[in-house]
Amino acid sequence: MTTHFIPVKVHIKEQKKVFDRFGALWTPTQIVLDADGEERHRIEGFLPVEDFLAQLELGLGKRQFQHQRFGDAERLFRAVCTGHPKSGGAPEACYWAGVAAYKNTNDPKHLGATGELLKTRYPDSEWARKASVWSKEES
Amino acid sequence: MPQIAWQKDIEAALQQSRGSGMPVLLDFSAAPA
Repeated sequence: MTTHFIPVKVHIKEQKKVFDRFGALWTPTQIVLDADGEERHRIEGFLPVEDFLAQLELGLGKRQFQHQRFGDAERLFRAVCTGHPKSGGAPEACYWAGVAAYKNTNDPKHLGATGELLKTRYPDSEWARKASVWSKEES
Repeated sequence: MPQIAWQKDIEAALQQSRGSGMPVLLDFSAAPA
């Protein structure tokens, strides 16, 4: 974790103002912050290790995406999509991998392929429903 | 598993982040330290 993040622990009784500043509603909550203090990703509630690691990678991907480093973002999202396929964050990661690939290449085939992948692998997820519009456009 | 060297000062961590380019992971906890 320390190779990818600067870890800061905030205890509710010791630093309640920091809880209020970042609008933390519950513990545990983890927030990925950029150097300017901007929030890039939020994890609320306990998660098993694989789900947690997937969420951290998702957060790193969103950060790269925000900085328009779409190739790096896609690589990180794809690592969750294919490397943690059973994690709760996988459908979202697959979705964003497709979006990052599209933004990197301007080729809409990535959106269509992502829609198909989500429909096949995670048909009941909201991310498959979000991506369904891409599949329809291609058919 | 190596111990994580958690920091407590968010402003110091953000300053470190500006220098290193590494993001900050803020962990809100209610568990006893």
